[in-house]
Amino acid sequence: MIWANQVVTGILLGGYYALLASGLSLMFGVMRIINLAHGDLAILGAFFTFLVANDLGWNPFLALVIVLPGMALVGWLLQRTMFERSLRSGVLVPLLTTFGLAIVIENLLFAKYGADTRSLGPQIGNLAFDSWKINSQIYIGHLSALIFVVAVGVLGVLHILLRRTPIGRALRATAEDADTAELVGVNSRSVYGIASGIAVAIAGLAGVFLAMRSSYDPYSGPLQLIFAFEAVVIGGIGSLWGTLAGGIILGVAQNVGAQLNPEWQILAGHIVFLAILAGRLMLTAIEERGGLDVFLGRAS
Amino acid sequence: MTLLSVEGLVARHGLLEAVRDVTFELDEGETLALVGANGAGKTTLLRTIAGAHRIASGRIRFQGRDIVDDSAHRRVRMGIALVPEGRRLFTGLTVEENLQLAGQCGRRGPWNLESVYEAFPLIASRRKRRAGNLSGGEQQATAIGRALMTNPRVVLLDEVSLGLAPVAVDAVYRSLDGVLAGGATVVLVEQDLGRALSVADRVICMLEGRIVLQGTAKELTREQVVAAYFGLGREQGAPA
Repeated sequence: MIWANQVVTGILLGGYYALLASGLSLMFGVMRIINLAHGDLAILGAFFTFLVANDLGWNPFLALVIVLPGMALVGWLLQRTMFERSLRSGVLVPLLTTFGLAIVIENLLFAKYGADTRSLGPQIGNLAFDSWKINSQIYIGHLSALIFVVAVGVLGVLHILLRRTPIGRALRATAEDADTAELVGVNSRSVYGIASGIAVAIAGLAGVFLAMRSSYDPYSGPLQLIFAFEAVVIGGIGSLWGTLAGGIILGVAQNVGAQLNPEWQILAGHIVFLAILAGRLMLTAIEERGGLDVFLGRAS
Repeated sequence: MTLLSVEGLVARHGLLEAVRDVTFELDEGETLALVGANGAGKTTLLRTIAGAHRIASGRIRFQGRDIVDDSAHRRVRMGIALVPEGRRLFTGLTVEENLQLAGQCGRRGPWNLESVYEAFPLIASRRKRRAGNLSGGEQQATAIGRALMTNPRVVLLDEVSLGLAPVAVDAVYRSLDGVLAGGATVVLVEQDLGRALSVADRVICMLEGRIVLQGTAKELTREQVVAAYFGLGREQGAPA
Protein backbone atom coordinates (compact mmCIF):
# COMPACT_ATOMS: atom_id res chain seq x y z
CA MET A 1 0.00 0.00 0.00
CA ILE A 2 2.85 2.32 0.76
CA TRP A 3 3.83 1.84 -2.89
CA ALA A 4 0.39 2.87 -4.04
CA ASN A 5 0.76 6.01 -1.96
CA GLN A 6 4.08 6.77 -3.61
CA VAL A 7 2.61 6.27 -7.05
CA VAL A 8 -0.35 8.55 -6.30
CA THR A 9 1.97 11.20 -4.89
CA GLY A 10 4.24 10.76 -7.90
CA ILE A 11 1.35 11.32 -10.30
CA LEU A 12 0.42 14.52 -8.51
CA LEU A 13 4.04 15.64 -8.53
CA GLY A 14 3.97 14.97 -12.29
CA GLY A 15 1.47 17.80 -12.62
CA TYR A 16 4.07 20.20 -11.27
CA TYR A 17 6.69 18.91 -13.67
CA ALA A 18 4.29 19.20 -16.58
CA LEU A 19 3.55 22.80 -15.63
CA LEU A 20 7.26 23.52 -15.42
CA ALA A 21 7.90 21.81 -18.74
CA SER A 22 5.05 23.28 -20.78
CA GLY A 23 6.59 26.75 -20.95
CA LEU A 24 9.92 25.30 -22.01
CA SER A 25 8.19 23.22 -24.65
CA LEU A 26 6.10 26.16 -25.91
CA MET A 27 9.10 28.42 -26.32
CA PHE A 28 11.03 25.74 -28.14
CA GLY A 29 8.05 24.80 -30.28
CA VAL A 30 7.23 28.31 -31.45
CA MET A 31 10.56 30.11 -31.40
CA ARG A 32 13.10 27.26 -31.57
CA ILE A 33 14.76 28.66 -28.48
CA ILE A 34 16.03 26.23 -25.88
CA ASN A 35 15.65 28.46 -22.88
CA LEU A 36 18.34 27.52 -20.39
CA ALA A 37 17.07 30.23 -18.06
CA HIS A 38 13.67 28.57 -17.75
CA GLY A 39 14.30 27.16 -14.27
CA ASP A 40 15.71 30.45 -13.06
CA LEU A 41 12.72 32.32 -14.43
CA ALA A 42 10.55 29.96 -12.36
CA ILE A 43 12.60 30.84 -9.28
CA LEU A 44 12.32 34.52 -10.20
CA GLY A 45 8.55 34.03 -10.11
CA ALA A 46 8.87 32.51 -6.64
CA PHE A 47 10.92 35.46 -5.35
CA PHE A 48 8.54 37.90 -7.00
CA THR A 49 5.64 36.26 -5.18
CA PHE A 50 7.60 36.24 -1.94
CA LEU A 51 8.22 39.96 -2.38
CA VAL A 52 4.55 40.76 -2.97
CA ALA A 53 3.38 38.43 -0.20
CA ASN A 54 5.90 39.76 2.28
CA ASP A 55 5.92 43.48 1.53
CA LEU A 56 2.24 43.93 0.83
CA GLY A 57 1.16 41.20 3.23
CA TRP A 58 -0.91 39.53 0.52
CA ASN A 59 -1.82 35.90 0.38
CA PRO A 60 0.53 34.24 -2.15
CA PHE A 61 -2.44 33.17 -4.28
CA LEU A 62 -3.67 36.75 -4.43
CA ALA A 63 -0.13 37.82 -5.29
CA LEU A 64 -0.42 35.83 -8.50
CA VAL A 65 -2.72 38.55 -9.81
CA ILE A 66 0.36 40.76 -9.96
CA VAL A 67 3.02 38.11 -10.46
CA LEU A 68 1.61 36.34 -13.53
CA PRO A 69 1.11 39.47 -15.64
CA GLY A 70 4.47 40.69 -14.35
CA MET A 71 6.21 37.51 -15.47
CA ALA A 72 4.42 37.65 -18.82
CA LEU A 73 5.79 41.17 -19.24
CA VAL A 74 9.27 39.90 -18.35
CA GLY A 75 8.91 37.25 -21.04
CA TRP A 76 7.75 39.78 -23.60
CA LEU A 77 10.64 42.12 -22.76
CA LEU A 78 13.19 39.30 -22.93
CA GLN A 79 11.90 38.46 -26.40
CA ARG A 80 12.13 42.07 -27.57
CA THR A 81 15.50 42.85 -26.06
CA MET A 82 17.41 39.56 -26.17
CA PHE A 83 15.84 36.55 -27.86
CA GLU A 84 14.92 38.39 -31.04
CA ARG A 85 18.45 39.60 -31.59
CA SER A 86 20.07 36.32 -30.68
CA LEU A 87 17.75 34.34 -32.95
CA ARG A 88 19.05 36.27 -35.95
CA SER A 89 22.52 34.87 -35.34
CA GLY A 90 21.76 31.16 -35.64
CA VAL A 91 20.91 28.38 -33.22
CA LEU A 92 23.90 28.51 -30.90
CA VAL A 93 23.61 32.15 -29.88
CA PRO A 94 20.16 31.84 -28.19
CA LEU A 95 21.54 28.93 -26.20
CA LEU A 96 24.46 31.04 -24.98
CA THR A 97 22.22 34.04 -24.40
CA THR A 98 19.80 32.14 -22.19
CA PHE A 99 22.69 30.47 -20.39
CA GLY A 100 24.05 33.92 -19.62
CA LEU A 101 20.59 35.11 -18.60
CA ALA A 102 20.36 32.19 -16.17
CA ILE A 103 23.61 33.22 -14.49
CA VAL A 104 22.54 36.84 -14.32
CA ILE A 105 19.18 35.97 -12.71
CA GLU A 106 20.80 33.65 -10.17
CA ASN A 107 23.38 36.21 -9.13
CA LEU A 108 20.99 39.14 -9.02
CA LEU A 109 18.70 37.12 -6.76
CA PHE A 110 21.69 36.10 -4.65
CA ALA A 111 22.88 39.70 -4.36
CA LYS A 112 19.43 40.86 -3.30
CA TYR A 113 18.24 37.99 -1.12
CA GLY A 114 21.37 36.10 -0.13
CA ALA A 115 21.77 32.34 0.03
CA ASP A 116 18.91 31.72 2.51
CA THR A 117 16.56 28.93 1.69
CA ARG A 118 12.97 30.13 1.72
CA SER A 119 9.50 28.73 1.39
CA LEU A 120 6.08 30.16 0.78
CA GLY A 121 4.67 27.28 2.85
CA PRO A 122 4.24 29.32 6.04
CA GLN A 123 2.19 31.89 4.16
CA ILE A 124 -0.45 29.48 2.92
CA GLY A 125 -1.30 28.02 6.30
CA ASN A 126 -2.84 24.56 6.55
CA LEU A 127 -2.89 24.10 2.80
CA ALA A 128 0.83 23.34 2.95
CA PHE A 129 0.36 20.16 4.97
CA ASP A 130 -3.34 19.17 5.06
CA SER A 131 -4.30 16.02 3.27
CA TRP A 132 -7.21 13.72 2.53
CA LYS A 133 -6.91 10.31 4.05
CA ILE A 134 -7.98 7.66 1.54
CA ASN A 135 -7.06 4.76 3.79
CA SER A 136 -4.49 4.05 6.45
CA GLN A 137 -1.63 4.31 3.99
CA ILE A 138 -2.76 6.53 1.14
CA TYR A 139 -2.90 10.25 1.69
CA ILE A 140 -3.49 12.94 -0.91
CA GLY A 141 -2.06 16.32 -0.01
CA HIS A 142 -4.39 19.25 -0.62
CA LEU A 143 -1.62 21.34 -2.12
CA SER A 144 -0.36 18.51 -4.37
CA ALA A 145 -3.88 17.93 -5.63
CA LEU A 146 -4.37 21.64 -6.21
CA ILE A 147 -1.12 21.89 -8.17
CA PHE A 148 -2.09 18.88 -10.28
CA VAL A 149 -5.53 20.29 -11.04
CA VAL A 150 -4.10 23.70 -11.91
CA ALA A 151 -1.47 22.08 -14.13
CA VAL A 152 -4.07 20.09 -16.04
CA GLY A 153 -6.19 23.23 -16.27
CA VAL A 154 -3.31 25.30 -17.63
CA LEU A 155 -2.48 22.61 -20.19
CA GLY A 156 -6.15 22.43 -21.16
CA VAL A 157 -6.39 26.18 -21.61
CA LEU A 158 -3.17 26.16 -23.63
CA HIS A 159 -4.56 23.36 -25.77
CA ILE A 160 -7.76 25.27 -26.49
CA LEU A 161 -5.81 28.46 -27.09
CA LEU A 162 -3.57 26.75 -29.64
CA ARG A 163 -6.29 24.73 -31.36
CA ARG A 164 -9.34 26.94 -31.33
CA THR A 165 -8.41 30.60 -31.30
CA PRO A 166 -7.05 33.01 -33.94
CA ILE A 167 -3.94 33.68 -31.89
CA GLY A 168 -3.39 29.92 -31.57
CA ARG A 169 -3.56 29.54 -35.34
CA ALA A 170 -1.02 32.33 -35.70
CA LEU A 171 1.22 30.66 -33.10
CA ARG A 172 1.10 27.29 -34.84
CA ALA A 173 1.62 28.78 -38.29
CA THR A 174 4.58 30.85 -37.07
CA ALA A 175 6.05 27.80 -35.36
CA GLU A 176 5.88 25.91 -38.62
CA ASP A 177 7.11 28.59 -41.02
CA ALA A 178 7.63 32.12 -39.74
CA ASP A 179 8.51 33.61 -43.14
CA THR A 180 5.36 32.37 -44.78
CA ALA A 181 3.29 33.41 -41.78
CA GLU A 182 4.53 36.96 -42.39
CA LEU A 183 3.40 36.62 -46.01
CA VAL A 184 -0.18 35.91 -44.97
CA GLY A 185 -0.15 38.88 -42.63
CA VAL A 186 0.96 37.46 -39.29
CA ASN A 187 3.14 39.80 -37.28
CA SER A 188 5.69 37.19 -36.23
CA ARG A 189 7.38 39.59 -33.85
CA SER A 190 4.26 40.03 -31.79
CA VAL A 191 3.50 36.29 -31.98
CA TYR A 192 6.96 35.57 -30.58
CA GLY A 193 6.38 38.15 -27.88
CA ILE A 194 3.11 36.50 -26.88
CA ALA A 195 4.63 33.00 -26.88
CA SER A 196 7.51 34.21 -24.76
CA GLY A 197 5.14 35.99 -22.37
CA ILE A 198 2.95 32.91 -21.91
CA ALA A 199 5.96 30.63 -21.46
CA VAL A 200 7.57 32.81 -18.79
CA ALA A 201 4.27 33.39 -16.96
CA ILE A 202 3.72 29.62 -16.73
CA ALA A 203 7.31 29.17 -15.58
CA GLY A 204 6.64 31.75 -12.86
CA LEU A 205 3.49 29.91 -11.79
CA ALA A 206 5.45 26.66 -11.54
CA GLY A 207 8.07 28.46 -9.46
CA VAL A 208 5.41 29.71 -7.05
CA PHE A 209 4.09 26.16 -6.64
CA LEU A 210 7.63 24.92 -5.99
CA ALA A 211 8.00 27.58 -3.34
CA MET A 212 4.70 26.54 -1.70
CA ARG A 213 5.27 22.80 -1.63
CA SER A 214 8.99 22.90 -0.93
CA SER A 215 11.78 25.40 -0.56
CA TYR A 216 13.91 27.43 -2.92
CA ASP A 217 16.96 29.65 -3.00
CA PRO A 218 18.57 31.77 -5.75
CA TYR A 219 20.36 28.73 -7.17
CA SER A 220 17.39 26.34 -7.32
CA GLY A 221 16.72 27.05 -10.99
CA PRO A 222 19.10 24.71 -12.82
CA LEU A 223 17.74 21.57 -11.14
CA GLN A 224 14.20 22.61 -12.06
CA LEU A 225 15.37 23.17 -15.63
CA ILE A 226 16.67 19.60 -15.72
CA PHE A 227 13.35 18.24 -14.46
CA ALA A 228 11.54 20.28 -17.11
CA PHE A 229 13.84 18.96 -19.80
CA GLU A 230 13.32 15.39 -18.65
CA ALA A 231 9.55 15.75 -18.69
CA VAL A 232 9.63 17.29 -22.18
CA VAL A 233 11.94 14.63 -23.57
CA ILE A 234 10.05 11.72 -22.01
CA GLY A 235 6.72 13.08 -23.25
CA GLY A 236 7.90 14.11 -26.69
CA ILE A 237 8.55 17.66 -27.84
CA GLY A 238 5.62 19.66 -29.10
CA SER A 239 2.88 17.65 -27.40
CA LEU A 240 1.18 19.24 -24.40
CA TRP A 241 -0.45 16.04 -23.17
CA GLY A 242 2.77 14.19 -23.84
CA THR A 243 4.40 16.67 -21.49
CA LEU A 244 1.86 15.77 -18.81
CA ALA A 245 2.59 12.08 -19.33
CA GLY A 246 6.32 12.82 -19.21
CA GLY A 247 5.90 14.77 -15.98
CA ILE A 248 3.89 11.96 -14.41
CA ILE A 249 6.42 9.30 -15.42
CA LEU A 250 9.20 11.42 -13.94
CA GLY A 251 7.24 12.10 -10.74
CA VAL A 252 6.33 8.45 -10.22
CA ALA A 253 9.90 7.33 -10.91
CA GLN A 254 11.25 9.78 -8.34
CA ASN A 255 8.78 8.80 -5.66
CA VAL A 256 9.15 5.10 -6.18
CA GLY A 257 12.92 5.59 -6.14
CA ALA A 258 12.67 7.50 -2.90
CA GLN A 259 10.65 4.66 -1.37
CA LEU A 260 13.38 2.21 -2.30
CA ASN A 261 16.01 4.42 -0.77
CA PRO A 262 15.57 8.09 0.17
CA GLU A 263 18.82 8.94 -1.56
CA TRP A 264 17.61 7.58 -4.85
CA GLN A 265 14.79 10.04 -5.48
CA ILE A 266 16.50 12.29 -8.04
CA LEU A 267 18.66 9.47 -9.34
CA ALA A 268 15.66 7.26 -10.13
CA GLY A 269 14.13 10.08 -12.19
CA HIS A 270 17.35 10.52 -14.16
CA ILE A 271 17.67 6.77 -14.76
CA VAL A 272 14.12 6.45 -16.10
CA PHE A 273 14.74 9.49 -18.29
CA LEU A 274 17.95 8.03 -19.68
CA ALA A 275 16.34 4.63 -20.21
CA ILE A 276 13.48 6.18 -22.19
CA LEU A 277 15.87 8.34 -24.19
CA ALA A 278 18.08 5.34 -24.98
CA GLY A 279 15.02 3.30 -25.92
CA ARG A 280 13.87 6.04 -28.29
CA LEU A 281 17.28 6.27 -29.95
CA MET A 282 17.40 2.52 -30.32
CA LEU A 283 13.94 2.40 -31.90
CA THR A 284 14.97 5.09 -34.36
CA ALA A 285 18.13 3.20 -35.22
CA ILE A 286 16.17 -0.03 -35.73
CA GLU A 287 13.70 1.72 -38.00
CA GLU A 288 16.48 3.27 -40.02
CA ARG A 289 17.89 -0.18 -40.63
CA GLY A 290 14.62 -1.48 -41.94
CA GLY A 291 12.61 -2.64 -38.93
CA LEU A 292 13.00 -5.19 -36.17
CA ASP A 293 13.07 -8.28 -38.37
CA VAL A 294 15.92 -6.99 -40.48
CA PHE A 295 17.70 -5.75 -37.37
CA LEU A 296 17.59 -9.19 -35.77
CA GLY A 297 18.54 -10.90 -39.02
CA ARG A 298 15.18 -12.66 -39.33
CA ALA A 299 14.20 -11.14 -42.63
CA SER A 300 14.13 -13.56 -45.52
CA MET B 1 -4.66 54.08 -62.33
CA THR B 2 -1.21 52.87 -61.34
CA LEU B 3 -1.45 50.53 -58.39
CA LEU B 4 2.10 49.34 -58.11
CA SER B 5 5.26 50.85 -59.47
CA VAL B 6 8.75 49.47 -59.26
CA GLU B 7 11.68 51.73 -60.02
CA GLY B 8 15.31 50.75 -60.50
CA LEU B 9 14.92 47.76 -58.25
CA VAL B 10 18.04 45.80 -57.36
CA ALA B 11 17.96 42.69 -55.16
CA ARG B 12 20.75 40.31 -54.26
CA HIS B 13 21.32 36.83 -52.94
CA GLY B 14 24.68 37.32 -51.32
CA LEU B 15 27.00 38.34 -54.11
CA LEU B 16 24.60 37.34 -56.85
CA GLU B 17 22.56 40.18 -58.25
CA ALA B 18 19.27 38.42 -58.90
CA VAL B 19 17.24 41.48 -59.91
CA ARG B 20 19.04 44.27 -61.76
CA ASP B 21 17.56 47.68 -62.25
CA VAL B 22 14.00 46.56 -62.88
CA THR B 23 11.37 49.20 -63.57
CA PHE B 24 7.73 48.62 -64.39
CA GLU B 25 4.24 49.74 -63.50
CA LEU B 26 1.08 47.82 -62.87
CA ASP B 27 -2.39 49.27 -63.36
CA GLU B 28 -5.42 48.41 -61.32
CA GLY B 29 -7.27 45.43 -62.84
CA GLU B 30 -4.36 44.41 -65.02
CA THR B 31 -2.95 40.90 -65.34
CA LEU B 32 0.78 40.92 -65.87
CA ALA B 33 2.72 37.79 -66.73
CA LEU B 34 6.38 37.57 -65.77
CA VAL B 35 8.18 35.05 -67.92
CA GLY B 36 11.78 34.01 -68.14
CA ALA B 37 14.08 31.05 -67.67
CA ASN B 38 14.99 29.62 -64.29
CA GLY B 39 17.20 32.04 -62.42
CA ALA B 40 15.97 35.07 -64.35
CA GLY B 41 14.96 36.75 -61.08
CA LYS B 42 11.18 36.40 -61.29
CA THR B 43 10.69 34.84 -57.89
CA THR B 44 13.09 37.24 -56.23
CA LEU B 45 11.26 40.16 -57.82
CA LEU B 46 7.91 38.96 -56.46
CA ARG B 47 9.41 38.35 -53.03
CA THR B 48 10.84 41.85 -52.85
CA ILE B 49 7.45 43.31 -53.73
CA ALA B 50 5.82 41.19 -51.01
CA GLY B 51 8.49 42.22 -48.50
CA ALA B 52 9.96 38.75 -48.03
CA HIS B 53 13.27 39.73 -49.56
CA ARG B 54 15.29 42.84 -48.82
CA ILE B 55 16.05 45.14 -51.70
CA ALA B 56 19.53 46.50 -52.30
CA SER B 57 18.35 49.68 -53.96
CA GLY B 58 15.44 51.13 -55.87
CA ARG B 59 11.90 51.98 -54.96
CA ILE B 60 8.60 50.15 -54.68
CA ARG B 61 5.49 52.27 -54.58
CA PHE B 62 2.06 50.94 -53.80
CA GLN B 63 -0.86 53.29 -54.32
CA GLY B 64 1.68 56.07 -54.57
CA ARG B 65 3.30 55.27 -51.24
CA ASP B 66 6.86 54.04 -50.82
CA ILE B 67 6.60 50.67 -49.06
CA VAL B 68 10.24 49.60 -49.02
CA ASP B 69 10.48 49.96 -45.24
CA ASP B 70 7.24 48.13 -44.48
CA SER B 71 7.46 44.55 -43.26
CA ALA B 72 5.77 41.73 -45.15
CA HIS B 73 2.79 41.51 -42.78
CA ARG B 74 2.11 45.22 -43.10
CA ARG B 75 2.15 44.92 -46.88
CA VAL B 76 -0.47 42.18 -46.59
CA ARG B 77 -2.64 44.62 -44.69
CA MET B 78 -2.14 47.21 -47.43
CA GLY B 79 -3.35 44.68 -49.97
CA ILE B 80 -0.35 42.81 -51.38
CA ALA B 81 -0.60 39.03 -51.29
CA LEU B 82 1.99 36.54 -52.50
CA VAL B 83 1.26 32.94 -53.40
CA PRO B 84 4.77 31.65 -52.86
CA GLU B 85 6.63 29.20 -55.03
CA GLY B 86 6.10 25.67 -53.75
CA ARG B 87 2.80 26.68 -52.08
CA ARG B 88 4.31 26.81 -48.58
CA LEU B 89 1.08 25.87 -46.83
CA PHE B 90 1.06 25.34 -43.09
CA THR B 91 0.95 21.57 -43.24
CA GLY B 92 0.05 21.09 -39.58
CA LEU B 93 -3.05 23.27 -39.97
CA THR B 94 -6.21 22.21 -41.76
CA VAL B 95 -7.20 23.75 -45.08
CA GLU B 96 -9.79 25.84 -43.29
CA GLU B 97 -7.29 26.99 -40.66
CA ASN B 98 -4.87 28.04 -43.39
CA LEU B 99 -7.62 30.15 -44.91
CA GLN B 100 -8.87 31.51 -41.58
CA LEU B 101 -5.37 32.54 -40.56
CA ALA B 102 -5.02 34.67 -43.68
CA GLY B 103 -8.55 35.97 -43.22
CA GLN B 104 -7.90 37.13 -39.66
CA CYS B 105 -4.75 38.99 -40.70
CA GLY B 106 -5.78 40.66 -43.92
CA ARG B 107 -8.20 43.32 -45.06
CA ARG B 108 -11.99 43.13 -45.07
CA GLY B 109 -13.64 42.52 -48.40
CA PRO B 110 -15.59 40.14 -50.58
CA TRP B 111 -13.34 37.13 -50.00
CA ASN B 112 -14.26 34.90 -47.10
CA LEU B 113 -14.40 31.16 -46.48
CA GLU B 114 -17.61 30.80 -48.44
CA SER B 115 -16.55 32.73 -51.50
CA VAL B 116 -13.17 30.98 -51.60
CA TYR B 117 -14.82 27.56 -51.41
CA GLU B 118 -17.19 28.65 -54.13
CA ALA B 119 -14.36 29.78 -56.38
CA PHE B 120 -12.27 26.69 -55.61
CA PRO B 121 -14.68 23.77 -55.39
CA LEU B 122 -11.59 21.57 -55.44
CA ILE B 123 -10.90 22.29 -51.79
CA ALA B 124 -14.41 22.80 -50.43
CA SER B 125 -14.71 19.12 -49.57
CA ARG B 126 -11.22 19.03 -48.07
CA ARG B 127 -11.69 21.80 -45.56
CA LYS B 128 -11.11 19.69 -42.45
CA ARG B 129 -8.04 17.94 -43.85
CA ARG B 130 -4.54 18.82 -42.87
CA ALA B 131 -2.95 20.83 -45.66
CA GLY B 132 -0.05 18.38 -45.69
CA ASN B 133 -2.38 15.59 -46.82
CA LEU B 134 -3.58 17.24 -50.03
CA SER B 135 -2.70 16.59 -53.64
CA GLY B 136 -0.55 19.15 -55.43
CA GLY B 137 -3.51 20.72 -57.20
CA GLU B 138 -5.50 20.99 -53.99
CA GLN B 139 -2.52 22.53 -52.24
CA GLN B 140 -2.12 25.12 -54.99
CA ALA B 141 -5.82 25.95 -54.83
CA THR B 142 -5.53 26.33 -51.05
CA ALA B 143 -2.48 28.55 -51.42
CA ILE B 144 -4.30 30.82 -53.87
CA GLY B 145 -7.40 30.79 -51.68
CA ARG B 146 -5.26 31.69 -48.69
CA ALA B 147 -3.86 34.71 -50.52
CA LEU B 148 -7.36 35.78 -51.58
CA MET B 149 -8.60 35.55 -47.99
CA THR B 150 -6.53 38.66 -47.21
CA ASN B 151 -8.64 40.52 -49.78
CA PRO B 152 -5.63 41.79 -51.66
CA ARG B 153 -5.53 44.65 -54.16
CA VAL B 154 -2.81 42.81 -56.01
CA VAL B 155 -2.06 39.09 -56.04
CA LEU B 156 1.46 37.90 -56.84
CA LEU B 157 1.26 34.35 -58.13
CA ASP B 158 4.54 32.47 -58.25
CA GLU B 159 4.82 29.34 -60.40
CA VAL B 160 1.21 28.27 -60.32
CA SER B 161 1.67 25.15 -62.41
CA LEU B 162 5.10 24.03 -61.24
CA GLY B 163 5.11 20.40 -60.23
CA LEU B 164 1.42 19.84 -60.89
CA ALA B 165 -0.21 17.26 -63.13
CA PRO B 166 -1.73 18.81 -66.28
CA VAL B 167 -5.24 17.95 -65.06
CA ALA B 168 -4.57 19.73 -61.79
CA VAL B 169 -3.19 22.77 -63.63
CA ASP B 170 -6.39 22.93 -65.69
CA ALA B 171 -8.54 22.76 -62.56
CA VAL B 172 -6.55 25.49 -60.82
CA TYR B 173 -6.66 27.74 -63.88
CA ARG B 174 -10.40 27.20 -64.32
CA SER B 175 -10.88 28.63 -60.85
CA LEU B 176 -8.31 31.32 -61.45
CA ASP B 177 -10.07 32.46 -64.62
CA GLY B 178 -13.11 33.29 -62.54
CA VAL B 179 -10.97 35.37 -60.20
CA LEU B 180 -9.25 37.17 -63.09
CA ALA B 181 -12.58 37.86 -64.78
CA GLY B 182 -13.69 39.57 -61.59
CA GLY B 183 -11.16 42.33 -62.27
CA ALA B 184 -8.38 41.30 -59.91
CA THR B 185 -4.93 42.78 -60.32
CA VAL B 186 -2.46 39.97 -60.75
CA VAL B 187 1.23 39.45 -61.37
CA LEU B 188 1.74 35.94 -62.60
CA VAL B 189 4.94 33.96 -62.90
CA GLU B 190 4.35 31.04 -65.20
CA GLN B 191 6.67 28.60 -66.95
CA ASP B 192 4.01 27.63 -69.46
CA LEU B 193 4.35 30.37 -72.07
CA GLY B 194 1.11 29.53 -73.88
CA ARG B 195 -0.85 29.81 -70.69
CA ALA B 196 0.88 33.01 -69.63
CA LEU B 197 0.12 34.67 -72.96
CA SER B 198 -3.51 33.55 -72.91
CA VAL B 199 -4.42 34.86 -69.46
CA ALA B 200 -2.25 37.99 -69.28
CA ASP B 201 -2.95 41.51 -70.56
CA ARG B 202 0.70 42.34 -70.55
CA VAL B 203 3.92 40.33 -70.55
CA ILE B 204 7.31 41.11 -69.11
CA CYS B 205 10.18 38.83 -70.05
CA MET B 206 13.19 38.72 -67.78
CA LEU B 207 16.66 37.46 -68.48
CA GLU B 208 19.50 37.39 -65.97
CA GLY B 209 17.73 39.81 -63.67
CA ARG B 210 16.79 42.39 -66.29
CA ILE B 211 13.65 43.10 -68.24
CA VAL B 212 14.50 42.30 -71.86
CA LEU B 213 11.07 42.51 -73.43
CA GLN B 214 7.71 43.89 -72.48
CA GLY B 215 4.46 44.58 -74.26
CA THR B 216 0.80 43.71 -74.35
CA ALA B 217 -0.02 40.04 -74.79
CA LYS B 218 -1.75 40.88 -78.08
CA GLU B 219 1.11 42.68 -79.75
CA LEU B 220 3.81 40.21 -78.75
CA THR B 221 4.24 37.05 -80.76
CA ARG B 222 5.24 33.79 -79.20
CA GLU B 223 8.45 33.88 -81.24
CA GLN B 224 9.44 37.27 -79.88
CA VAL B 225 8.92 36.09 -76.31
CA VAL B 226 10.81 32.86 -76.90
CA ALA B 227 13.73 34.78 -78.38
CA ALA B 228 13.83 37.10 -75.38
CA TYR B 229 13.37 34.18 -73.01
CA PHE B 230 16.55 32.53 -74.21
CA GLY B 231 18.42 35.76 -74.84
CA LEU B 232 18.58 35.14 -78.57
CA GLY B 233 19.34 37.98 -80.92
CA ARG B 234 20.21 40.48 -78.23
CA GLU B 235 23.20 41.61 -80.29
CA GLN B 236 20.98 42.32 -83.30
CA GLY B 237 19.11 45.01 -81.45
CA ALA B 238 15.99 43.14 -80.44
CA PRO B 239 13.58 45.12 -78.26
CA ALA B 240 15.09 45.64 -74.83
